[in-house]
Amino acid sequence: MTARGERGESGGPAAAGRPPRREPPGRLLVAGGRVVDPSQGIDETADLLLEGGEVARVDERIEPADLDGDDVEVVDASGLVVCPGLVDIHVHLREPGQEYKETVETGTRAAAAGGFTAVACMPNTDPPIDHRAVVESIVAEAERRGYARVHPVGAVSKGMAGESLAEIGEMVRAGAVAVSDDGLPVAHPELMRRALLYARHFGVPVTQHAEDLHLTGGGVMHEGEWSTRLGLPGIPGASEDVVVARDLILAEETGGRYHVAHLSTGRSLELVREAKRRGVRVTCEVTPHHLVLTDRAVSDTGFSTDTKMKPPLRSEADRAALVAGLADGTVDAIASDHAPHHRDEKDVEFSLAPFGILGLETTLSLCLDRLVHAGTIPLGRLVELLSSGPARAYGLAGGTLAPGSPADVTLFDPDREITVDRRTFRSKSRNTPFHGWKLRGAPVRTILGGRVVEV
Amino acid sequence: MTAAERPWSRKDLLGIAELEPWEIEKILDTAAAFEEVAHRPIKKVPTLRGKTVINLFFETSTRTRSSFEIAEKRLSADSVNFSASSSALTKGESLVDTALNLQAMAPDLIVIRHAYPGTPHMLARRLEAGVINAGDGAHEHPTQALLDAFTIRQRKGRLAGLKVAIVGDIEHSRVVRSNVHLLTRMGAEVTVAGLHTMMPAAMEALGVKVVHDLDEALEGADVVMMLRIQLERQSRMLFPSIKEYFRLFGLSAERLARAAEDVIIMHPGPMNRGVEIASDVADGPFSVILEQVANGVAVRMAVLYLLLSRTDGEAAA
Repeated sequence: MTARGERGESGGPAAAGRPPRREPPGRLLVAGGRVVDPSQGIDETADLLLEGGEVARVDERIEPADLDGDDVEVVDASGLVVCPGLVDIHVHLREPGQEYKETVETGTRAAAAGGFTAVACMPNTDPPIDHRAVVESIVAEAERRGYARVHPVGAVSKGMAGESLAEIGEMVRAGAVAVSDDGLPVAHPELMRRALLYARHFGVPVTQHAEDLHLTGGGVMHEGEWSTRLGLPGIPGASEDVVVARDLILAEETGGRYHVAHLSTGRSLELVREAKRRGVRVTCEVTPHHLVLTDRAVSDTGFSTDTKMKPPLRSEADRAALVAGLADGTVDAIASDHAPHHRDEKDVEFSLAPFGILGLETTLSLCLDRLVHAGTIPLGRLVELLSSGPARAYGLAGGTLAPGSPADVTLFDPDREITVDRRTFRSKSRNTPFHGWKLRGAPVRTILGGRVVEV
Repeated sequence: MTAAERPWSRKDLLGIAELEPWEIEKILDTAAAFEEVAHRPIKKVPTLRGKTVINLFFETSTRTRSSFEIAEKRLSADSVNFSASSSALTKGESLVDTALNLQAMAPDLIVIRHAYPGTPHMLARRLEAGVINAGDGAHEHPTQALLDAFTIRQRKGRLAGLKVAIVGDIEHSRVVRSNVHLLTRMGAEVTVAGLHTMMPAAMEALGVKVVHDLDEALEGADVVMMLRIQLERQSRMLFPSIKEYFRLFGLSAERLARAAEDVIIMHPGPMNRGVEIASDVADGPFSVILEQVANGVAVRMAVLYLLLSRTDGEAAA
């Protein structure tokens, strides 16, 4: 369930509640749904046939009786949207090293519950994903216990120390799909330049958590009206913008592929928009929380540590700019930055709490309610931002229902009313600011490699 | 209904930001009634007999803690002091656990000072006891703003329409934020002045005028509030030297001439003489700095009384 474009069928013994993987998948007919596949320009009521772990075809009507044999399992999708399995290219699975927060098993189960069939996990584990063995161990764990495909992101530098290049080629051979030093962003300009050049050999992007830690200083929230009111040290937008600006110049000069993780400011978005216009090989992602919340939430929640993350919730002007970037195509992907933390770590003074919130189990509902039903973007664009967009950014095989592609499918009900209840999360952690939110639209089922996933 | 007639309903005093004008008036009026206790031969009233108040100070404080303690004792409350050095926090206990342990001893009120904004708010959500914020980082220091307003009202007879200049390290000051909320809410015209490097990103959003020149701030001011400059800020690239700071923003008698004839000079303390304020101004005829300290006790008595009598009202209901 890991290597790009390949579908591992070996797997360990299937425990109860997991997709049985011993035998190759049979045929699955997803019938009567609204098939939305932006990669092929499809948006119509149709049937989808999966066969042998791959997409066989999408057709207006596929009668089970017309198919050879009698091994066709039918999934009734009437009233539901049927789309390529959703892909989240920014999650923290915390394994190895911080299994008390999340594991490959619980994190991918949260992914499946949230409608995701694939995730890319960040390398800030302990030890970090900075050499082949760690990539392999995560890949193996995902094979054994995963509920979704797991694509590790390797480190740019050894130990994520920002000094010398990690063995990027070795890691890519083992299944890594991008490189990033994540929360310890690549600060040294020469290292960034070399990484962009070196990663070209392996066709993977260099992903930057764009933040100048000197400019962030001791900041704990966005610098603006609300940091002024609350007396909390601010993180200026410039902390992100100066890094994005520098890296874009280096990406242009080196011809390397550059990906901006959780882009959060209007200025950075404008820099990316302009770079794309010039043909720079850049992609970017934004998180659902930066699309629906602003720095005001820190005050409105009375300093809730579930409003503390990096980059911080920004101003309303930034939020509006990001939403505009979804609509005009500048943004390539929505990614959750799913960052589990234990209750004991978050239940402290705001300034002392770790940065980060969960995302996998709320992303789809939030985006349907606040973006699609709010009339900001059409449903097809949302599906693109959650499937083919992220798959393209990281060169993954999924994100499409084209014949021959992996049989990863998400079924969701765009109108189901839900109330977010973190007590029911499959994640090990509970750190979400969306508990109690009433949202319209929810995932119903995921199909992974041609089999329905039981979460 | 006048402020006097409206019943107090808050369990906590976390900041000025959430107070309505009548609540501010009610505290100031109540403080006026308590002021005379300090002039009695026996400085004690039985009002809060049997109430337990914990002073939980995670930052060193001489003035504010003593002021609260004296106010508590004058109201006959039983008060206990916890300071960071003697608390369990140094043993690795979380703040929430410390607070829950204190809660188990059934105090009626906890007065907390903490280096991080929002900490009193976090405790208030968890505790049955009332919480008074005695300063949370650079966020709020509500009793300081109330005693400042009390002092201004005593001298000027009003707050509305006064020109107030607040000068110094605006960014790192909780005194500024609480004062700005209170004074703008009560109709004063507030100007804040300081270095660009010590001015928060969006100060104008709080309804004040922002200037970067001391003379401009002083022009016609009825009240001048000087803030402490923390000398260690020099190492954080905020200003290069005390000499240069004093030349730009230090208050001297000469520069004070631009202010109104009956200007009053305030300082929340502790003062750095020769850094933000010259001694002849601090000790001069316009200074009300020690009156502020005296009024602090009456204002804190008022706050303690209002929060705790509210608790009584609930118990009786």
